[in-house]
Amino acid sequence: MAILVIAEHDNSELKPATLNTVAAAAQMGGDLHVLVAGAGCQSVADAAAKIQGVSQVLLAEDACYEHQLAENISLLINELGKDYTHIVAAATTSAKNFMPRVAALLDVAQISEIIRVESADTFDRPIYAGNAIATVQSLDSIKVITVRTTGFDAAAAEGGSATVRAVSMLHNAATSAFVGAEIAKSDRPELTSAQVIISGGRGMGNGENFALIEKVADKLGAAVGASRAAVDAGFVPNDMQVGQTGKIVAPDLYIAVGISGAIQHLAGMKDSKVIVAINKDEEAPIFQVADYGLVADLFEAVPQLEQQL
Amino acid sequence: MKVLVTVKRVIDYNVKVRVKSDNSDVDLNNVKMAMNPFCEIAVEEAVRLKEAGIATEVVAVSLGSKVCQEQLRTALALGADRAILVESDEILESLTVAKLLQKVVDDEKPGLVIMGKQAIDTDNNQTGQMLGALTGFPQGAFASDVKVDGDKVQVIREVDGGLQTVSLTLPAIVTSDLRLNEPRYASLPNIMKAKKKPLDIKTPADLGVEVKSHTRLVKVSPPAERKAGIKVASVEALVDKLKNEAKVI
Ligand SMILES: Cc1cc2nc3c(=O)[nH]c(=O)nc-3n(C[C@H](O)[C@H](O)[C@H](O)COP(=O)(O)OP(=O)(O)OC[C@H]3O[C@@H](n4cnc5c(N)ncnc54)[C@H](O)[C@@H]3O)c2cc1C
Repeated sequence: MAILVIAEHDNSELKPATLNTVAAAAQMGGDLHVLVAGAGCQSVADAAAKIQGVSQVLLAEDACYEHQLAENISLLINELGKDYTHIVAAATTSAKNFMPRVAALLDVAQISEIIRVESADTFDRPIYAGNAIATVQSLDSIKVITVRTTGFDAAAAEGGSATVRAVSMLHNAATSAFVGAEIAKSDRPELTSAQVIISGGRGMGNGENFALIEKVADKLGAAVGASRAAVDAGFVPNDMQVGQTGKIVAPDLYIAVGISGAIQHLAGMKDSKVIVAINKDEEAPIFQVADYGLVADLFEAVPQLEQQL
Repeated sequence: MKVLVTVKRVIDYNVKVRVKSDNSDVDLNNVKMAMNPFCEIAVEEAVRLKEAGIATEVVAVSLGSKVCQEQLRTALALGADRAILVESDEILESLTVAKLLQKVVDDEKPGLVIMGKQAIDTDNNQTGQMLGALTGFPQGAFASDVKVDGDKVQVIREVDGGLQTVSLTLPAIVTSDLRLNEPRYASLPNIMKAKKKPLDIKTPADLGVEVKSHTRLVKVSPPAERKAGIKVASVEALVDKLKNEAKVI
């Protein structure tokens, strides 16, 4: 019995989502191996070897894995995966891209975005924008699983001493090519791992006004998020969208500014520890999930908030 | 080039679903159903490719019970040329849907398959990618821009860090994200015209695919409810609560 966890990384750093995934995998029971597939990613493998509970790191390095192209990575995991009971990855856009391909190649189901491990073959996962939780039992011999990282505390990043083994399996489907990327650079914490998030919605009015909440974010060391409406309107880029079909977050503090609280938005943030809503409409549904609601014009309240922090 | 576009019948996105009291599933009795919003975006993209002279024919496919014809008629009203329903009353898991679609792809030989990235009922986000693996086609998942250029398609993808551009060799699969386009509404004349467009019905047996369960739904539970909070009167009161009561700042 061994479990293969797929590392999330950018070829230089291991992403924290991997730690939550390892923690979820540990609850499934079995020896834990981590696959690091990429190019020039030895440092990632070294970091993965230190994760508590991991016994082996498999390192697959080739140019064709550099950008995590689903066509190539899925073939690699398909070959390696036959020796495992579970193949587990964080539900990031990268793994969501290649994991279903792995499942189909292995002729098994994928259980998406689990939030709890009930047993080695039974898992809880939200459906219908989190308005119901399904308990699903896998009937397959190999379980392909993506993990909603907010459902699991991170495994310790230090303390382990796994061996690193190079695997020289080359799978280049040669049907896809990476052309380029526009990756947002920010000094703020990443949305999915931030302790504090302040998000703006359509009520912000335009992109420039996001400066108001950025100032609050700077004081709180917070990440900045947004509703779909704010992204669709072009106020902010797509990687800031929180919700059913954007990022799922669960910080200690989530401040929703000028966001009405549609179910699709709530699906992405209602597991936050403390929720604050600032909205001028006292009937806005966001107040039904907010621990602290302030009925106010955001253009007055947000600058005041910044001053008082 | 022929474009195949897939359409799923799901609960209307404005409806908040309830769990049945026996926890066997969610209650879909008398609930408004509609085309999955991501499938609407997929249909729109296919129709735009036809309007741009890139697609020669748009074929809409749905899989499920007889009532899915409604959503196929909607796709036809939005501009698809013909439709195929793979009819089954059984629960069709994503892998089965992908296998059925693989057979439809074998028959139809589309240059591009456009699908929604996710259905808002199961929230699985997997069928397009699974079809990619079964057909061997490359995929542009979570697409916000699609440009066909000769025997390639360039897709801009919404990823966690921002945007990624990939170039895929056709035939390929694209799954739509929210920013791909803004779907049109069907006009009344087009709704009338759609009634006369061809809609073929096939069964999984016709396609030679066994409907198999890879999972068992043990139970469905309501999510944990949040305790009702309070309204604060001022920013001062808010800051005080966050510091001294919630202790989060
Ligand atoms: C398939 C699908 C997927 C979706 N996925 C997501 C998702 O992942 N994430 C998401 O967020 N949405 C998603 N949505 C969209 C969702 O349904 C809502 O449309 C969206 O969340 C609304 O954003 P909003 O709250 O910013 O805008 P609105 O609903 O327009 O709310 C704006 C709010 O701002 C308040 N306001 C305005 N001016 C001020 C002011 N001066 N001061 C204080 N308050 C003010 C208003 O009172 C109002 O409550 C999805 C929808 C669909 C169909």
